[in-house]
Amino acid sequence: MSRKQESIAMLLAGGQGSRLGILTKNIAKPAVPYGGKYRIIDFPLSNCVNSGIYTVGVLTQYQPLELNDYIGNGQAWDLDRANGGVHILSPYQQIEGTEWYKGTANAIYQNINFIDRYDPEYVLILSGDHIYKMDYSKMISYHKEKNADCTIAMLEVPWEEAPRFGLMLVNDDGSISEFEEKPESPRSNKASMGVYVFSWKKLRQYLSDDEADPDSSNDFGHDVIPKMHENGERLFAYAFDGYWKDVGTIDSLWEANLDLLNPKVDLDLTDPGWKIYSKNPVTCPHYAADGAKIQNSMVAEGCEIAGEIDFSVLFANVKVEKGAVVRDSIIMPNSVIRSGAVVQYAIVAEDVEIESGATVGRRPESMQNIDEWGVSVVGAGVRIGKDTVVPPKAMIDTDIGEA
Amino acid sequence: MRANNVLGLVFPNTYDSCLKDMTSVRAMASVPFGGRYRIIDFLLSAMANCGMSKIGIITKSNYQSLMDHIGSGRSWDLARKKGGVFILPPFNSTNTGIYNGKIEAISGVLNFLDHNNEEYVLMADGNTVASPDFSAMFAYHEQKGADITIACAHGRTPETDGANVFDFDEDGRITSIIRGGVSSSADYSLGFILMRKSLLELLIREAVSQSMRSFTEDILRRNLSHLKIYGYRLGGFIRVLDSIGSYFEANMALLDSENRRELFSSQPVYTKVKDDVPAIYGLDSDVSNSLIADGCVIEGKVINSVLFRGVHIGKGAVVRNCILMQNTFVSDRDELNCVIADKSVIIKPKKTLSGDKNFPLYIGKETVI
Repeated sequence: MSRKQESIAMLLAGGQGSRLGILTKNIAKPAVPYGGKYRIIDFPLSNCVNSGIYTVGVLTQYQPLELNDYIGNGQAWDLDRANGGVHILSPYQQIEGTEWYKGTANAIYQNINFIDRYDPEYVLILSGDHIYKMDYSKMISYHKEKNADCTIAMLEVPWEEAPRFGLMLVNDDGSISEFEEKPESPRSNKASMGVYVFSWKKLRQYLSDDEADPDSSNDFGHDVIPKMHENGERLFAYAFDGYWKDVGTIDSLWEANLDLLNPKVDLDLTDPGWKIYSKNPVTCPHYAADGAKIQNSMVAEGCEIAGEIDFSVLFANVKVEKGAVVRDSIIMPNSVIRSGAVVQYAIVAEDVEIESGATVGRRPESMQNIDEWGVSVVGAGVRIGKDTVVPPKAMIDTDIGEA
Repeated sequence: MRANNVLGLVFPNTYDSCLKDMTSVRAMASVPFGGRYRIIDFLLSAMANCGMSKIGIITKSNYQSLMDHIGSGRSWDLARKKGGVFILPPFNSTNTGIYNGKIEAISGVLNFLDHNNEEYVLMADGNTVASPDFSAMFAYHEQKGADITIACAHGRTPETDGANVFDFDEDGRITSIIRGGVSSSADYSLGFILMRKSLLELLIREAVSQSMRSFTEDILRRNLSHLKIYGYRLGGFIRVLDSIGSYFEANMALLDSENRRELFSSQPVYTKVKDDVPAIYGLDSDVSNSLIADGCVIEGKVINSVLFRGVHIGKGAVVRNCILMQNTFVSDRDELNCVIADKSVIIKPKKTLSGDKNFPLYIGKETVI
């Protein structure tokens, strides 16, 4: 039986996402909820399916339980396939011993056998950290057209933000002349999105060489791609100009959610031609009670709302009682906001209970020293007691009692 | 009784005539209900949840939308290697064709019954919205040593012609069946009928050989004294949809949280997944006492209404006491009261449409106003 696939995708989903703090205490970053019903990993997985790539290896390492359970057999993304489909790839024991994935390149190296089964011409390397809609098939066509060995998706970022990114200097023909990793004074604003297409034969060789190099940190950005560059391989940049957001920090996660409420932001999840798939909760439509006030918000099914909601994203089965106020916040599934509680500028994780009269977060305008302001975070399963105050920037991961 | 020893047999077209307008494009069982469901979802979910794994659906007419909805049965976890959902369309051999009545319908699928090894059969019509616990009904059947058990509800009888009203003895055995009885307080059949498959096959063969037509009269009532026929009372939220008025009432009943709890919390209710975005509320949206599904975009005012997936409410529009099915588009400054809009209705700006609670205004599928 021929399993051959022209292109397959490898999705790096092992990251801890330590900057998300308590939100990734028990789950890997790609499993972090986003946008009322999604998880971050829904975006690359849906992009793959919509781009016609039906073989995806998902490399997991950190807290994989929830992610494995979520992906299941891939049916939610139409990735339950007789040939290909989604495969969870965890580090495994080998005859020479057992190793964790040491770096992004090593993770792929350890799964060379998996990739070889499909004998692909091209391998797409993705990460489970970003919110964006992208047609990978166009990028692969570009890669072919340029006869490239490696193509890197790039996005022009505002100059003032450029120092946070890995940047590329690009020639007129699209080839990459130089890399700069988070430079203080950037010479380019073309940032790498962490999406790569490699010609597999070439990459396979470089991965083996990289593995043999004891000085390598086994990372694509650090080791493999610079090495390819050094050796004069054909490296090209593929320009992308849609919405793309790294949701690696609390602030960016909060912002990326609220971007969905901004009609000016170029991220349309309603497009029937490019759906973002997810595992849908089994619950009835949401109910807005008499006296509920809901504006500028996204509300998922199963919610029961009797209070006031403004500029917020509510996930499935959230309850907001009468007299409770939720503003500029993200409330993840099954959380309950009791009457009289106020939640503002906050991320409330799953299964949280915020008792009546409690206050979570503060408006930045009300701060005397704006530097002390930040989004407040309440971790999964936490109970915030009656009349308790959760200050801005706080991260709460244990119950706090009555004040 | 093991639930996977019970074969499900669903009649999605019975009572099509009760909702004439809505069933002109679909079978009764695939009439949309409750913001994101089809009526059959409740039945299939209850069957799947109790552990039944093989369900035959005897279709008669207009079953394209039903087939589309059910697909492989995966949404109900009924895409099975062994068992699953079987759509049994009319099969035109010498004497069948489109069936009239249950006896003909079942006689048309005797082969299907014969080829499956389940010991029992649970038959069901497709016009009841409820979350019954069938495993409790199976236990009751065994405990009573019944030959046939029929689920019933207590209350106002539905107005379907041929609603069957029961009398019981103290043990729960049915002593009389009155057809078409109208009463505000009676035990009426919900059309969930359980018996041994061998008994059903025997009764049907006998009825066919004597050219009998009515399942209720010729099979059930005639056998009241020879067979132990028991009634099993179901509780919780139950609505039998028998008219556009009762359809309207049953949807509106879901605005009551107790009703929602009874229908949705006792067991999960599955439906076909559409992967819509959560509902989006705009700047001047004002929604109260309403049920809103995913994919809705609301910029106007919505009161006492049920909005299915993908409904759009324009700026300055006012929607009161309405049931708007999937992808209804209400434009800016429209005013709607007591309207049932079928799928993909488009209402142009600044229109006023009004019905009455007892006679809601029904707008057919894909109409543009």
